[in-house]
Amino acid sequence: MSKDPIITARDVNVFYGDKQALNGISLDVPRHKVTSLIGPSGCGKSTFLRSINRMNDLVDICRVEGDIKIEGKNIYDKDVDVVALRAHVGMVFQKPNPFPKSIFENVIYGPKIHGLIKSKSDAEEIVEKSLRRAGLWKEVADRLQEPGTSLSGGQQQRLCIARAIAVQPSIILMDEPASALDPIATAVIEELIDELRAKYTIIIVTHSMQQAARVSQRTAFFHMGDLVEAGPTKELFTTPKDERTQNYISGRIG
Amino acid sequence: MAQSEITLTGRKRPLEKLIKLALFLASVLAIFVTIGIVLSMAFETWQFFQRVSVTEFLFGLEWSPQTAIRADQVGSSGSFGAVPLITGTLLISAIAMAVAAPTGLISAIYLSEYASARVRGWAKPLLEMLAGIPSVVYGFFAALVVAPFIRMTGGQLGLEVASESALAAGLVMGVMIVPLISSLSDDVLNAVPNALREASLGMGATRAETIKKVIVPAAIPGIAGSFLLAASAAIGETMIVVMAAGLAANLTANPLEAVTTVTAQIVALLTGDQEFDSAKTLSAFALGLLLFATTLMLNMIAMRIVNKYREQYD
Repeated sequence: MSKDPIITARDVNVFYGDKQALNGISLDVPRHKVTSLIGPSGCGKSTFLRSINRMNDLVDICRVEGDIKIEGKNIYDKDVDVVALRAHVGMVFQKPNPFPKSIFENVIYGPKIHGLIKSKSDAEEIVEKSLRRAGLWKEVADRLQEPGTSLSGGQQQRLCIARAIAVQPSIILMDEPASALDPIATAVIEELIDELRAKYTIIIVTHSMQQAARVSQRTAFFHMGDLVEAGPTKELFTTPKDERTQNYISGRIG
Repeated sequence: MAQSEITLTGRKRPLEKLIKLALFLASVLAIFVTIGIVLSMAFETWQFFQRVSVTEFLFGLEWSPQTAIRADQVGSSGSFGAVPLITGTLLISAIAMAVAAPTGLISAIYLSEYASARVRGWAKPLLEMLAGIPSVVYGFFAALVVAPFIRMTGGQLGLEVASESALAAGLVMGVMIVPLISSLSDDVLNAVPNALREASLGMGATRAETIKKVIVPAAIPGIAGSFLLAASAAIGETMIVVMAAGLAANLTANPLEAVTTVTAQIVALLTGDQEFDSAKTLSAFALGLLLFATTLMLNMIAMRIVNKYREQYD
């Protein structure tokens, strides 16, 4: 297993129209670890997350400068296919957003699009494997044909994780994946994130510092479009180098 | 000094009650008028069915509603089979829907999924302006431009085209109802939560795949509702068919022939002088009730579908 970081961002500036949302972000993301992005609302952490799979392309007025390299390849190069990029970098959103289709169809959606399914048994295998990895298999094995929207919030979010895993990404981006869930469902998701680390590199945006401390090995603190500091989670929370980090984690700003 | 008094009894406020009454009356007026119209139609229809049997009206294949001047005249009874009118109406509406459904849906998809805010800003009002053109204008456009054009083109291809064809009326009617479908479908597509778009695009689906596999399936009930409303507008449309479809009650599925519709016949039956107790005049009421029942049913189904769909995402 390579020790190099899987993602290296260098001098990333992001603009929405005339307004600059990110100021020269440089960050390395190590593989098979959970990296959390924390900071007060509007600090740019979600913007940064969304530039890693180019979801920002969907915003007409958004412009990205600088390099974000995944396995050494700049994803903003002209020859990069966004479809292939997003197959490689999966995403889980703040609010669970299963398609209004069956559980089975939800999981199979991505693999179908990317041509990973040749037969019915392929489909069944992918569905079972993905749901098992997302820790949902036992709960839904006997009702795969029911609509994904009939599940509880926490189950829906795990379905969305299974759906992302089904495409076999190497990186999973999570945008506040537990903020719409109750504490018990949150605990299940956090446990799952910890398990997923073995196979995937995970970047998670979170508002909860406790959550960042529980699930991540590395943490990056954003403030007003700047990356203030990044390091091992324990260090950042116990001995922050920057005063702004100190103030944020002690609850004085944010 | 006497203790200050607290007064809890107030003055009457008659104006409040008056306003409430006026508001109530205004709203029941519309309801009563509707009920009145339906009852009067039902009564006249009942009278009509005293003269002509219900079976003949609903299943008769011939429509020639003349009435006798003298009692012993040949063909004095006339025939009141509404089937040719119904098939004519359906033929023209089907042609109209064949034009309007794809055009309306595709333009709705363009407007809601592809168009930039700027393009949408002028394209949508412009498209909706089509709905503001009086139908009589569409009518003479159909009769004076489209029908002769089809006749001429058909003639060159060696086809026999009537000067007033179902095709001309249907095509123009189709254009007229495009904005109904595009505007409603656009609203429905916009109501599909953005989270679903992001989920699909975030997994590497293209825009077209996302629309085909997620957005449109999620919006299907609403789209179907908009189709039904448009169909109901097509069935009830009058001016275009009066001017461009003709009055010949041909029982045919050929769009190049002249056909007539329920609405066009009602106009024909009631224009000019007539006796109010003849079967000819009374048949207009039967046709009116038939039309009313059909469009009411279509509208109710459509509204139910659209509302059910709205609740799903609220």
